[in-house]
Amino acid sequence: MKVTTHDENTAMADPAIEETSTIVIRPSRGWVSLDLRDLWRYRELLYFLTWRDIKVRYKQTIFGAAWAILQPFFTMIVFSVFFGRLAKMPSDGIPYPIFAYCALLPWSYFAGALDRASNSLVGSSHLITKVYFPRLAIPISAVAAGLVDFGIAFVVLLGMMVYYGFAPTTAALTLPFFLLLAVATALAVGLWLSALNVQYRDVRYTIPFLTQFWLFATPIAYPSSLVPERWRAWYGLNPMAGVVEGFRWALLGKEPPGPLLVVSTIVVVLLLIGGLYYFRRMEKTFADVV
Amino acid sequence: MTDIAVRVEKLSKRYRIGGPQARYRTLRESLVDMAAAPARRLRRLGQPSPENETIWALKDVTFDVEKGEVVGIIGPNGAGKTTLLRILSRITEPTEGYAQIKGRVGSLLEVGTGFHPELTGRENIYLNGAILGMKRAEIDEKFDEIVAFSEIARFLDTPVKRYSSGMHVRLAFAVAAHLEPEILLVDEVLAVGDAAFQKKCLGKMGDVAREGRTVLFVSHNMAAVRKLCPQAMLLDSGRKKMAGPADSVIDQFLASTTSEISSTVALPSGPADAPGAGMSLRFFTEAGTPQAQFHAREAWRMVLDFEIFEPTLHVIAAVGLATLDSVSVITYWSKPKDLEPGRYIVEFECNLPLKRCDLQFAVGLSSHERAFYYVHRIGHVSISEVASGQQPFRTAGGGFLSSLQQSEIRPVAQVGGQSTHSWPAAI
Repeated sequence: MKVTTHDENTAMADPAIEETSTIVIRPSRGWVSLDLRDLWRYRELLYFLTWRDIKVRYKQTIFGAAWAILQPFFTMIVFSVFFGRLAKMPSDGIPYPIFAYCALLPWSYFAGALDRASNSLVGSSHLITKVYFPRLAIPISAVAAGLVDFGIAFVVLLGMMVYYGFAPTTAALTLPFFLLLAVATALAVGLWLSALNVQYRDVRYTIPFLTQFWLFATPIAYPSSLVPERWRAWYGLNPMAGVVEGFRWALLGKEPPGPLLVVSTIVVVLLLIGGLYYFRRMEKTFADVV
Repeated sequence: MTDIAVRVEKLSKRYRIGGPQARYRTLRESLVDMAAAPARRLRRLGQPSPENETIWALKDVTFDVEKGEVVGIIGPNGAGKTTLLRILSRITEPTEGYAQIKGRVGSLLEVGTGFHPELTGRENIYLNGAILGMKRAEIDEKFDEIVAFSEIARFLDTPVKRYSSGMHVRLAFAVAAHLEPEILLVDEVLAVGDAAFQKKCLGKMGDVAREGRTVLFVSHNMAAVRKLCPQAMLLDSGRKKMAGPADSVIDQFLASTTSEISSTVALPSGPADAPGAGMSLRFFTEAGTPQAQFHAREAWRMVLDFEIFEPTLHVIAAVGLATLDSVSVITYWSKPKDLEPGRYIVEFECNLPLKRCDLQFAVGLSSHERAFYYVHRIGHVSISEVASGQQPFRTAGGGFLSSLQQSEIRPVAQVGGQSTHSWPAAI
């Protein structure tokens, strides 16, 4: 829907209404603008939706927020036993458990956020058909809510770093960038899949398979050094490869990811912009189709 | 330019109504079809759907609403009322046309949108408020008012899933009622809750209207529309049929939807397991002439014919009168009677001091254990304004003077299995 809003600074008697705006409603044709200003105006809703997702996540569970730790932690143990011990997977000289956990941390966040974001629109159909707000708020809040889990699980990583004697270097300062890259990847793919999911529920059944495939396509159980040198930059086409290698470099002092990271960043930016535009284009049909 | 709050021009919305019907005849065919379906769907992707699979939910609707006007939108089911509000709320996009809205819009297509069962009442007030477009500061400011209105202060920190449905609705409406937009779009939200709650909602709606805000109000409750809206618009099959003063629009709408005036109304058969069913409802003047148009203050009679299929204890027959707006006027009961199978009639005298109005009826039969037959919104009797001259039935005494001698159920003499009575001969 193409909605243009002109704010006029009219002096109003009622302080609750700080602006008089004119909304024009007409059918949109082709690609529509992102209109991120509208999203900004609804930032409080974005906050409340995220807050709701966080609040509700572990209601009526015994372990509560501990689930945020249990999932990556036990995956790490399973990986350490089967890949580390039994399969003797190389880990670039880093103790295998922390090698795996450092990668599982952003991965768990990504997989969870992707899953929630992809199903977010269909799960919010009662909102979409009853009230207007920028629909982008729904997948964005789904992606943002996972960051709390990430924060909790991160504490365990810090503990492991102490245990294995890894002192953080200045490289650790780049960690927010890699986290941002993980968020952007989850959001970018989540935007595409959530919009597609409204139209084709096949998406819902594809996601577990996609996530599993993606897990093995990402250097989590193994180091990216297993990939031949000349292909390594292309490995960055999987943005999570860039994220995982970035995490290991920032915290465990592996060699910097280099060209792989550049490729990953470009891929994410393109995916995200494409996802935003695709989402906005499909947005007008959500209420009718969902 | 006058102060136009909502301007709508040639607004249209087209919906798809599903693909062509597939016919499966054998298992093999359907399996083949299932296998071929994904490919066919992939081919169809992106192709515009043929015209015959679509329906215009709204077509070329044009109107203006001035600032401060309260407009009722009425029409039969599927007339496009909700679609119109959904477009104006920006939930869905029009296919054609144009609308311009000046001012902050609040739309209330449902109460309790976005309530989360796991969250407490307090948390849901904030969440629901934010979803309806309130700022956090606004919610803070009105929080106490909302809680007071909802009457659930004690349960504020209880998860909403433990609320009774009544509490749930009260809280939801309390939040919605404190949304203060310049333009309010309301859809049928008054159709929830008990009578007391509906009254409270109507009261609040009336306040909103008096505060000079612009309101578009969709409802099937004609009495509510008459009460709240000076202006009304009639939609039918997606088109604007009429707009103007609410009373005349509503009268026109009701006249077009109700059945022909007739002195005999055949009643539908009831449920298969019922021990009896209504047959017909007939109307007569005091003198016994079949008729369905009476003068104000003229007494008239209703005769209900019904049949009992198995011995039934304590049968009570009832006829209810309501206006076409579905406002109940009165219900008459017969004296209870134990009945053997057969046909019966019961006669009620109606001598209410009615004004000019149009009436519809409900008919019910019950036994000592349950109500086994009920139909409503049937028949049409018209009461005209002019009091009948020949019989000054009632002097201006005021009060409720109907002679409530209870009507008795009487068996009908049967000849050759065919009911032969014709009132008043059968009495």
